Amino acid sequence: MRVSNLITNYGFELITDTDSTVEINGVYSSDLLSFVMANGNSGNAWITVQAHLNILAVASLMEFSCIILPYGVQIDNEVVKKANEENINILKTELDHHDIYKIFIDEEEHESIL
Amino acid sequence: MNSFITNNEGIVLKYIVGTDDFSIVGEVSSKIKKVLKQLNIDNKLIRRVAIATYEAEVNVAIHSLGGYIEVEIIKNEIKIKIRDNGPGIKDTNLAMEKGYSTASTKARELGFGAGMGLPNMKRCSDEFKIESKFGEYTELNMKFVV
Repeated sequence: MRVSNLITNYGFELITDTDSTVEINGVYSSDLLSFVMANGNSGNAWITVQAHLNILAVASLMEFSCIILPYGVQIDNEVVKKANEENINILKTELDHHDIYKIFIDEEEHESIL
Repeated sequence: MNSFITNNEGIVLKYIVGTDDFSIVGEVSSKIKKVLKQLNIDNKLIRRVAIATYEAEVNVAIHSLGGYIEVEIIKNEIKIKIRDNGPGIKDTNLAMEKGYSTASTKARELGFGAGMGLPNMKRCSDEFKIESKFGEYTELNMKFVV
């Protein structure tokens, strides 16, 4: 699934001016940055409620496909600006972790049928 | 980059890391990652180095009075040294335990201070040494086989 799929089919809002054609490879969720560094994988969509500048360094080093802010978490313009510079997709949704995971599971099942 | 030396032996990069400035944490590891990419080093190895240097950078910013990260790239090896100006670690064995942390509330609120930094560095590197003198310094030495 591509990042754009979350926008078109599931109402996620892309708050950065970045390349949403990137392919997502799995999903990871944690708000402790060391856990993310230790357990995340390249291409992951990363769900976190952390919305400060440091998430960009982590997303960039780990080569994540996007950051997903659940529960409509607010983010500073400063972070969005920096994300644009570094071409890091940040998506916002009102959904919680469970519902986001459900989308990924449904999509995986859909893909395996195809 | 604060200094860049290249000779027959290889390349040595040195970066100063400040203290308590969380907003720029990750910049040094990003720069190191870029250099390694230019050198066409294997992606998986780059990720390990990136994770280890990021954790080191976080530690210097959170815990120390400032320090530096030095990267030496030679033919079959990447050596990384992180040294700070103190205050040093009282018990390095305790510091190496997963989940043990002395990070401030401020750092924890940002998602740092999970007590996983040093164990992550050890896991990512092929050789890991920590040395500290309380009241003086902490020095980490890591080696990665290319």
